Amino acid sequence: MTRTKATIYGWLLLLPAFVLLVSFTHWPALATIHASFFTTPKGTRPAIYVGLENYEAMFDDPVFWQAVTNNLIYALGTIPVSVALAMLMAIWVNEKLAGQSWLRLAYFTPTVLPMIAVANIWLFFYTPDYGLIDQIAHAFGFGATNWLGNPDTVLYCLMVMTVWKEAGFFMIFYLAALQQLSPNLAEAAAIEGCGRWTFFRRVTLPLLMPTTLFVLVNAVIGAFRLVDHVIALTGGGPNNASQLLLSYIYDIAFRYWDTAYAATLTVVLLAALSGLALFQFLVLEKRIHYR
Amino acid sequence: MSEIFIDGISRFWGPTRALEKVTFRVESGRFAVLLGPSGCGKSTLLRIIAGLDQASDGRIHIAGSDVTDMPPAKRGISMVFQSYALFPHLTVAQNICFGLEVRNVPTAERKKRLDEASELLGLTALLDRKPSQLSGGQQQRVALGRAIVAHAPVCLMDEPLSNLDAQLRQEMRLEIRELQRRLAITMLYVTHDQVEAMTMADQVILLNGGRVEQDGTPDALYGTPRTIFAARFLGTPPMNVINLSPEGAIEGSGGPPLADGRGDHAIGIRPEDIRVTAAGRIGARVETVEYLGADTLVGCRVGNQAVVARLPGRAGFSAGDGVSLDWPAERQHMFERSTGQRIDARNAT
Ligand SMILES: Nc1ncnc2c1ncn2[C@@H]1O[C@H](COP(=O)(O)OP(=O)(O)OP(=O)(O)O)[C@@H](O)[C@H]1O
Ligand SMILES: [Mg+2]
Repeated sequence: MTRTKATIYGWLLLLPAFVLLVSFTHWPALATIHASFFTTPKGTRPAIYVGLENYEAMFDDPVFWQAVTNNLIYALGTIPVSVALAMLMAIWVNEKLAGQSWLRLAYFTPTVLPMIAVANIWLFFYTPDYGLIDQIAHAFGFGATNWLGNPDTVLYCLMVMTVWKEAGFFMIFYLAALQQLSPNLAEAAAIEGCGRWTFFRRVTLPLLMPTTLFVLVNAVIGAFRLVDHVIALTGGGPNNASQLLLSYIYDIAFRYWDTAYAATLTVVLLAALSGLALFQFLVLEKRIHYR
Repeated sequence: MSEIFIDGISRFWGPTRALEKVTFRVESGRFAVLLGPSGCGKSTLLRIIAGLDQASDGRIHIAGSDVTDMPPAKRGISMVFQSYALFPHLTVAQNICFGLEVRNVPTAERKKRLDEASELLGLTALLDRKPSQLSGGQQQRVALGRAIVAHAPVCLMDEPLSNLDAQLRQEMRLEIRELQRRLAITMLYVTHDQVEAMTMADQVILLNGGRVEQDGTPDALYGTPRTIFAARFLGTPPMNVINLSPEGAIEGSGGPPLADGRGDHAIGIRPEDIRVTAAGRIGARVETVEYLGADTLVGCRVGNQAVVARLPGRAGFSAGDGVSLDWPAERQHMFERSTGQRIDARNAT
């Protein structure tokens, strides 16, 4: 084969993946950025270039700021808890105990369930009066609570459910990392008289840091990317109390059909997420890797 | 005083028997080698002594007290793992000092011991490196350093030199032995390398299939093996074990009787004890000649038995030559074939 032929051959091999990536990832991304500088076309009226007007409107939009605040609370509440829980569960099920594989399976189950199914299960837990939580509350003499209907509790209800679903998933990564650690390390430490807590703090935790970074990046992206449960449980309500950024974008785009404003919000969300991921990989990576 | 006394230790995994009624004693300050083929239970025994594994039966005594139910840290031991078990995220210095830190040894004392150990092991220039930046031999020395700074009276080592090249292994053999003498450590050293056993040990405990086959000085094991297994395990090439006919002659040869024949006996003779001459007691035919430089291995056939002789320099024989073999009677060992036990009356030295 000549050089040119080989080059053509190579490009042909790349073509299917290339076409898919361009048409479903790169092109829509560029189109979104483009659309954020125009008005939404309506009926016979075409889109008009408006510069940064959409972005200005966003800064003046109180619901946007509420969604940002909600999403930050949601992220700060769910990520540390689910990561810490995942690590604890992994350390626990990594030990030699009876029914170990059942325990692992039990912890992993929430992960394999689709979010909609999970939302339905928790919808039952949260139902006022008849739900699991209220039935338990009755047993202790408390009255009925409208968990999802109260703006003060609804966001925390979503957070509890998210931790329940995510922790098992992150546990798998920790479990894999723990099984890479040589049992000789623990034995060497035991001979030196190193207690469980010291061993965890001085050895296990530092050796799990690369996994923690990976899990954190995933958790951050997940906290801004998951939307199914909001739509299934609350639709963002009551009074936007459980509105997250993505559910707000969904509402703007598919309930109010303001595609230009939705595009603007999407660009901002993407920029923020890319920035976070870059920070985690570039800054934290340097401090974490021990090899 | 920090002697080790192993009292009837057994270890079973379901039907698998790893150790059976292992009993021996290592005097304080002595270098004992636990020797045996792969799978004979050496690591299992060492882990039980360290407290990392539980015996099914039997007791462990260290320095006069029963430590069988004590946690590893309370037994007054240090251990070097076959796989080094260094902490990959800690520097050499941190690895060596890990145990001291955990035990809250004061900083000044910690530094003193670290300097001492790193000087001794030639690690001074490497103290800030991570284990992944070290060669195998250097990692090995860090593992040794960790055991040394503990100042434990008893040290356990599990095949610590198995991953090193021949040159480094020889150097480390000398270093470890020198160190053990200087610090008067009671050492229990696991290996399946008989050269390590012969060169380093005050006492060799030979294990076979989870039992103690023989326990004695290297001299005793080499000079007066108690069983055919022990006779053939030490020495390269191993001792010739030659079956005798009921008349006491070498099986299949019409040669002279070498012992008063009483059924299933075998004689043992080390290759270096055999003389090959033109006219001797036993007629043989040369089958192979291997020239090793300093000496030559001559493989012969006598009757239906194979016999290897080790001769100095170039032997000057070639395959097919007819020769005769001879050896001094006091160098000859007698075994019972069915039990593998030594039956001549010579005492262990
Ligand atoms: N966890 C276990 N479960 C079942 N059998 C085991 C276990 N650990 C060891 N054994 C068995 O016990 C026997 C002794 O093992 P051990 O590791 O002590 O051998 P070793 O003398 O150290 O061998 P090597 O020289 O190859 O390291 C072996 O037959 C092994 O298969
Ligand atoms: Mg072993």
